[in-house]
Amino acid sequence: MDILVCIKRVPDISGQITLDASGRDIDHGALGHTISAHEECAVELAVQLAGATDGEVTILTLGTDDAVEQLRASLAVGADDAVLIETEDPGAYGPEDIAFAIAEAVRTRANDSRSCDLVLVGNDAADTGDFQVGVRLAYELDRPVLTGITLLRLAEEAAEVDAASEGGPTSVEAYGIGPAGTEVFRLPLPAVVAVQEGGVEPRYPSIPGRMKAKKAPLDEVDAPEPVHGNPRNALELPPEQSSTVTVLGEGPEAAGALVDVLDELGVLR
Amino acid sequence: MTLVFVEIEGPDAPSGSGGVQLTSAEAVTFARTNTAILDGGSAADSSPLEVAVIGALTDEARDRLAHLGVDRIHHIDSPDVHAYSAAAWAQALVDVAPTHGTVMASGTPRGMELMAHVAARLGARMAANVVAVDEDGFLRQVLGGAAFERLKLTGALQVLTVAGHACDPEDTAPTEPEILTHSPEASADDLRTRVVRTEVEEADDTSGLTQAKVVVGAGRGVGSADGFAEVLELADHLGGALGVSRVVTSLGWRPHAEQVGQTGSRISPDVYIACGISGAIQHWAGVQGAKSIIAINTDEEATMVQRADYAIIGDLHEVVAAINEEITRRRR
Ligand SMILES: Cc1cc2nc3c(=O)[nH]c(=O)nc-3n(C[C@H](O)[C@H](O)[C@H](O)COP(=O)(O)OP(=O)(O)OC[C@H]3O[C@@H](n4cnc5c(N)ncnc54)[C@H](O)[C@@H]3O)c2cc1C
Repeated sequence: MDILVCIKRVPDISGQITLDASGRDIDHGALGHTISAHEECAVELAVQLAGATDGEVTILTLGTDDAVEQLRASLAVGADDAVLIETEDPGAYGPEDIAFAIAEAVRTRANDSRSCDLVLVGNDAADTGDFQVGVRLAYELDRPVLTGITLLRLAEEAAEVDAASEGGPTSVEAYGIGPAGTEVFRLPLPAVVAVQEGGVEPRYPSIPGRMKAKKAPLDEVDAPEPVHGNPRNALELPPEQSSTVTVLGEGPEAAGALVDVLDELGVLR
Repeated sequence: MTLVFVEIEGPDAPSGSGGVQLTSAEAVTFARTNTAILDGGSAADSSPLEVAVIGALTDEARDRLAHLGVDRIHHIDSPDVHAYSAAAWAQALVDVAPTHGTVMASGTPRGMELMAHVAARLGARMAANVVAVDEDGFLRQVLGGAAFERLKLTGALQVLTVAGHACDPEDTAPTEPEILTHSPEASADDLRTRVVRTEVEEADDTSGLTQAKVVVGAGRGVGSADGFAEVLELADHLGGALGVSRVVTSLGWRPHAEQVGQTGSRISPDVYIACGISGAIQHWAGVQGAKSIIAINTDEEATMVQRADYAIIGDLHEVVAAINEEITRRRR
């Protein structure tokens, strides 16, 4: 099973953030960059599934040249090759534009006999949090799509059916957390899946993995011009809140004061 | 016109069964209080507020929707929508969606998924996690809650999800909602992504956490997988649920279903008691909807302490044990 995983270079925000001069973005100056936890899990799922089926994993991103850092990091944990859909200004792309650019890359590769059975994306990007690129991509490609999936498995039952068919598995079992428990889907391929963290533990890159990643093939293509555009007008930071905490005391002696507070708040049944 | 997708609580919900989910009640209120803008400047006040319910519509839910000011309920139910399939459910919503105005849901996993499908099917633009709207457009959460984006959507119809706790549900003079029933038949393609089975394990159930009135939070400060006795006892005393930080799930101390934050559940209890949690932005994103926050931490400079309403500085094991003792003593 050949799998394409879409990742995104995002700022690693653990401390204070500030806005840049345009007011449309945060100041990336002092920040490191990473990919979201959802995408790390998507890469891990892809490496496991492809490994079990003799398939290949391709990592793809739309971004500037800087995103090669994130592509290489994902190659180092077991992916085979990478695609950079290059643009000088990723901030000009809206979710529809990103979905279209990825779909174009998928089609181009398919014409080149490098079709993929599964496209994985993160459930939502850590920066823009649009919650729609995977679904729009699926409609572009006319494939079924699931979101919020934590685990993908080759179904035993499916494996039997698939053994009879030639070109590898024709479906996967997908697991996601629903309102009443774990929901299981039997997803026919080719498909798109938006992955949510929680089902697998992303691995750390090994030294040979890093060596291999440096030499892995990296395809660079120009991004199509954005048609819809990014609807963002400006970013705002939440107002700095001065602390209004009431410290009830130190150590176990403060327990009585806290139980009084719980009583006042009406939660002491 | 504005159409809101409303989620109904499952039979296991703590508040009894069949009610309107809290976050859906918030979304309905958000729609009702912003109709003029969401409708796209049409004859404001007379425009009806419509909701769609998929599956069973209980008397309790209908009554609640009446109190939330809903004018029309699209009740969608047929064998093809009994099991959840985002594509089939989204098509059912598309079938009752207006041509102008807004289709929206609350920013739950279901709400996000369905609205993305609806937007793709209708060729509409979509904004996720909206917290406010005015003539200039929307304000929505980005960067896991660390910043807000101002944006404007173009097109006659727009799709959005409302961030959890962007507003409180607000009762109004009860309406007599008109009920329109629909029995959609889904296409074979739309049924490909149907849930084939649901595995119910206690550890997977996040509804207790998202609907709980009290959540006791536990972070790295707990120290090990064996350190949860006191916090679990406290949650039990208060009839609440346990929520944990990502460090706790990453270390395998507790299941992921209990994780609270940007990549876990977003909670909105009356009281959140954060024990041994530093208050990272990604954690805060999930707990900022709590009405009151109490922090128990050894470090008085911790963000969680600084942002809390009340705090105790000290070792959580000692402090929580003392709280449990005090509660037991007072109940005797
Ligand atoms: C993309 C992304 C998504 C993320 N999503 C989430 C998410 O959904 N949820 C989430 O929680 N995190 C998330 N994180 C991780 C987040 O950044 C923090 O790393 C995490 O929340 C920290 O967990 P913690 O507070 O338990 O641990 P720490 O930050 O290590 O804090 C431990 C706290 O415990 C206190 N402490 C230590 N010992 C004791 C004691 N004996 N008694 C009392 N207090 C004590 C310390 O003073 C400290 O304040 C995400 C990160 C990224 C990058």
